[in-house]
Amino acid sequence: MMGLEAYVFSNIMTAALLAGAWLLVRVVRRQRLWREAAQQLWGRRKLAIIIVGIYLLIGLLDSVAWKGGVPEDSVGVLPNAPLTLIDRVFLGTLEASYSAPFAAVEFYGAMPLQRPGSHLFGTDILGRDVLYLSLKGARVALLIGGLTSLIAIPLALVFGVGAGYFGGRFDDFVFFLISTLASMPGLLLLIALIMAMGRDTLSVCVALGVTSWVGFCRLSRAETLKLRELDYVSAARALGVSELGIIVRHILPNLAHLIVITFVLMFSGLVLSEVVLSWLGIGVDGSWGQMIDGARNELSREPIIWWNIAAAGSALFGLILAVNIVGDGIRDVLDPRTRKSLS
Amino acid sequence: MSALLEVRNLRTVFPGESGPLPVVDDISFSLARGEVLALVGESGSGKSMTALSILRLVPKPGQVVSGEVRLAGEDLLRLPVTKMRRIRGARIAMIFQEPMTCLNPVVSVGAQVMEAIRLHDSINKIDARARTRELFVEVGIPDPDARLDAYPHHLSGGLKQRVMIAMALSMRPEVLIADEPTTALDVTVQSQILALLRRLQSDRGTAILLITHDLGIVNELADRVAVMYAGRLVEVAERKALLSEPLHPYTQGLLRSIPSRSRPGEPLPEIPGVVPPPHQWPAGCRFSTRCPIRFEPCAEVFPEQIRPAEGRRVWCHDVERSMRREGPA
Repeated sequence: MMGLEAYVFSNIMTAALLAGAWLLVRVVRRQRLWREAAQQLWGRRKLAIIIVGIYLLIGLLDSVAWKGGVPEDSVGVLPNAPLTLIDRVFLGTLEASYSAPFAAVEFYGAMPLQRPGSHLFGTDILGRDVLYLSLKGARVALLIGGLTSLIAIPLALVFGVGAGYFGGRFDDFVFFLISTLASMPGLLLLIALIMAMGRDTLSVCVALGVTSWVGFCRLSRAETLKLRELDYVSAARALGVSELGIIVRHILPNLAHLIVITFVLMFSGLVLSEVVLSWLGIGVDGSWGQMIDGARNELSREPIIWWNIAAAGSALFGLILAVNIVGDGIRDVLDPRTRKSLS
Repeated sequence: MSALLEVRNLRTVFPGESGPLPVVDDISFSLARGEVLALVGESGSGKSMTALSILRLVPKPGQVVSGEVRLAGEDLLRLPVTKMRRIRGARIAMIFQEPMTCLNPVVSVGAQVMEAIRLHDSINKIDARARTRELFVEVGIPDPDARLDAYPHHLSGGLKQRVMIAMALSMRPEVLIADEPTTALDVTVQSQILALLRRLQSDRGTAILLITHDLGIVNELADRVAVMYAGRLVEVAERKALLSEPLHPYTQGLLRSIPSRSRPGEPLPEIPGVVPPPHQWPAGCRFSTRCPIRFEPCAEVFPEQIRPAEGRRVWCHDVERSMRREGPA
């Protein structure tokens, strides 16, 4: 990012996301409806929420990097490189190469493809510690899922709510856009976009975002079409509320449950689609998808090298399962038909 | 009494397959300060559309094509959109028929009334909350402090309607349009809401345009009555005059079909047929297809407005004929 070192940008983004999350928590706490829903969700899906929280924490620890404080004889680390807390825990120095389980690399131990042992999850073909790689993968997965949803959902809302509420020309335009996008093979479009923009995390997120907003756009358009005809929207108009005010205060709050549910479901879908991209060779570096793709080649060895794929696979599986269970819980809590004891 | 709200030759059309359909056709009436005018008619007679036309909220593709709506002399139909928005809610407020669906289900009712207040008045949230509480007390919501944070699904229909009224009254409007305010409520709640409206009208001098099909409500609340049929006015009169001596055959039919007025044991008289849909309206008097006393020109020629007495207007060939026979009153 222009003049800014990547790690500074990442730190700023992390701070911004944390601030956003804090604001969200404040809004949820102020509104009784949402507060009660959150309490119910916590009551029903404690374990899954805790697991998602652990992943988030790892991702967070891996997102804040700073320079300095690195011993000069560290192995596999460029001098003066910005490092995160996770990196620092796994810093291997020459003498301390026995310090595994917390060692990122073990070149000098000449231990590629080591069985799980002193390295808790073993090492890969380059001698990198698999536990370290799996932990690093959490941040990438969260970025792919979260950032992409944060791109795709607002895009879908602007077009969907706008088209549904105002109708007319804008609706025609949006529908044309949606139909055009939907008529292109999604994966090819994705590959073309990634080829054009590059393979860094942000580009992949943008590419995934641009190709995945169509479904929610349709949904929000249809919901808005329904909502704008409701009596309380007419009543708001009769009170002199402006069009924008109606969208912000009456349409969006009534779409909120859809937004939350879509966010969660989209999140897990996107993380999984990154694995597919990795298999096609256009995934994000350092993702679980890349680990799985790399481990594919090791599976044919004798004796079988299973720990690579097992670690990445279970890390992925754990996150997706936990997120899906939370998502299911959110749906239960927000769906009026399954909602109980809210009065 | 000078007219506060004056509607003149209002005409609202919807596009139809064979040309525009005038669902509100040449409606004129006036409303004085502190007066209750009841707009009466069957379903589909254009009562609600008249109200929405006044507020310029006719749903698309309908539109007001001609006429004037003057609020204290200012023609609302020619105001820019932003100025019109400042009049809605602040000077003319509206209560809707369905309190069940007129409140946003995901926002607490207190917050919704506060929103209405802060829309037209730049006061802070604490003051707005205090005002909301006062309004809740004024419209008779028990335990107002707890209700401020209640959600619509916590409240009964009557309470919701009171919240709607509180919202409509939040800016002390000069004109209140009440579109069937009690239709969705049961009878005991109905009378409470009517008592509330009457108190508002006498305490605050709010002019009320009461839209209803229930002549019982008219009798309780209205000063004057305008009867609508198929988009047209058929008779406008003082309440007493209209109820005791209806001139138009449609008004007569309406009054005859009130159960309490009919004799026990006899079948309830009714007006045969239904209001024809707009594309089947006759060229002449719109009621001519159901009128028991129709004669030659009724279906072809539209009756002129006649003024049989001071403050009384009626559109009927039969009334005109009998008046000509008797000479002007």
